[in-house]
Amino acid sequence: MSEGKGVWVFSENADLTLEMLGKGREIADKVGAELAAVVIGSNVADWANELVKYGADKVYLVDNAVFGRFQAEAYLGVLHNLIVNYKPETVLIGSTKNGKPLAARLATRLEVGCVPDCSRLGVDEKGRLVGERITYGGNAVAKLTFKTKPQIVTVPSRAFEKPQPKKRSGQVVKLDLKAEQAKSEVVETKPLETSNVRIEDAEVIVSCGRGLEKKEDRALLDELAGVLRGQVGCSRPLAEDRKWFSEWVGLSGHKVKPKLYIACGISGVIQHVAGIRDAKVVVAINKDEQAPIFEVADYRVVGNLYEILPALKEALKKQLQ
Amino acid sequence: MKRIIVCLKQAVDVTQLKIDPATRQLITASAPRKMSDFDKNALEEAVRLKEKNAGEVVTVTVASEEAKTVLREALAMGADKAYVMFEPSLQDVDTLGTAHILAAAARKIGEYDLVLCGESSLDSFSGLVGSRLGELLSLPQITSVRKLSIEGDAVVGERTLEDSIETVRARLPALVTVTREINQPRIPSLMMIMKASKKEIVTWTLTDLGVDKERLASKVEVVEVLAPKTERKRIRITGENAVEIAGKLAKALIQEGVVKR
Repeated sequence: MSEGKGVWVFSENADLTLEMLGKGREIADKVGAELAAVVIGSNVADWANELVKYGADKVYLVDNAVFGRFQAEAYLGVLHNLIVNYKPETVLIGSTKNGKPLAARLATRLEVGCVPDCSRLGVDEKGRLVGERITYGGNAVAKLTFKTKPQIVTVPSRAFEKPQPKKRSGQVVKLDLKAEQAKSEVVETKPLETSNVRIEDAEVIVSCGRGLEKKEDRALLDELAGVLRGQVGCSRPLAEDRKWFSEWVGLSGHKVKPKLYIACGISGVIQHVAGIRDAKVVVAINKDEQAPIFEVADYRVVGNLYEILPALKEALKKQLQ
Repeated sequence: MKRIIVCLKQAVDVTQLKIDPATRQLITASAPRKMSDFDKNALEEAVRLKEKNAGEVVTVTVASEEAKTVLREALAMGADKAYVMFEPSLQDVDTLGTAHILAAAARKIGEYDLVLCGESSLDSFSGLVGSRLGELLSLPQITSVRKLSIEGDAVVGERTLEDSIETVRARLPALVTVTREINQPRIPSLMMIMKASKKEIVTWTLTDLGVDKERLASKVEVVEVLAPKTERKRIRITGENAVEIAGKLAKALIQEGVVKR
């Protein structure tokens, strides 16, 4: 395989690495390139071998105790070094809170373009890599391509399917690299209290907005979600302003793709709508007939959520029997 | 603290953006603009740090058109001086080009302890410029910060990651990007607005900065920017009462196959 045509993936997040290998395989096959993963860490040789099963032709392994935890400057130095040496054409980086700044600095050190948060990614009829991202607060979808190489994109969690592992062969290339001297250090890490279930994985989401009057009233949503075996979500004001929830659905929060999204008392500002673009069916329940959420709903119910939700729970229980 | 530089973008107010329904093109030219939300949080944080640790707060804005309103607002909120890099030809500049201009401005401004940016902009929402600037200025950085303090010759920031909260210490000078959680920006009083009119706005061109235009050429190409197609059924469910409506809705959802038995 010739130099300068490789497709690479890197993320410090395991699931995201696998998701990107799935998409990376597709791109590599289309342009006739090799797919490689970069693994940086401590005692990660087994993980590197595992990645071959998920589609990597090659794994560049940088296994050293100094890389035991993500350190922005050290990881940046390693990736930059590898790219300069092996000259991949395309680099996919996981768009986590650590990955995105890493990609931005990497693209700057290389003086190249970067397309962040690609919810879709593909090769067009001209053979160009085209990344699709939501922009203008959800008002638009931008398609972008590159004038420089390597082409660096960042990929959000859950944007692409994790591939099935297969028995296949690939090469693990062990590299001995040193950590760049750091001017910053992590002094403390506390686990964040989140539910074990991730809302991106939910098949059904019952979500509330400012129409919910009291924090305790979320019981109404919990009960309906219980019948539907789904999860409860909310729009940004309930998390950021009222602090009733720790996370929210929307452009600045979680982008979800359930089979069913029930928006209760959510007005439907464009940033929220951008977060539910990939939902299969959207139901909107709102007192205000003019609420913009109705424009982007499959089923529209003008009414009081305090009456509709309990009735819907009962109706579903009955009809599902 | 000697000086804090805050990068401010004059962004398209996305809540007031209009779309041409025939072509799905955005009508950005006539759309109202405002100070990008996250940047306003960055400025508020800078002013609070100044109130605590003394020093000067200056703002830097890259603009291809008049940005006076944003600059006046920044000065009213407590910035001491506003710099604007004004060049009508800057329309096709991407995140790298913007960072190059900001970096040149920071160097020309002189000494600083901290560069503060919003995590993302309100309109393009790329979230790249802060980190790109950090790289160009060879600064350590702390991104997505929701709590910030100065401790001696270091800045300490608390950031929320996917599954943890991390506290990072970086040696000054450093670059920090902030989230909207970090503070509630103040609304300037009439008094502050009056005082701001006496503060200085400095306009620099690319020539003033000594930035090579060639270097600013966009590294990415925009294929298209279109409003997303919304293909929703928009079926209104009506009935005499909640029970009747709920019954119809439940039936529809079961028929759609999106509800598990």
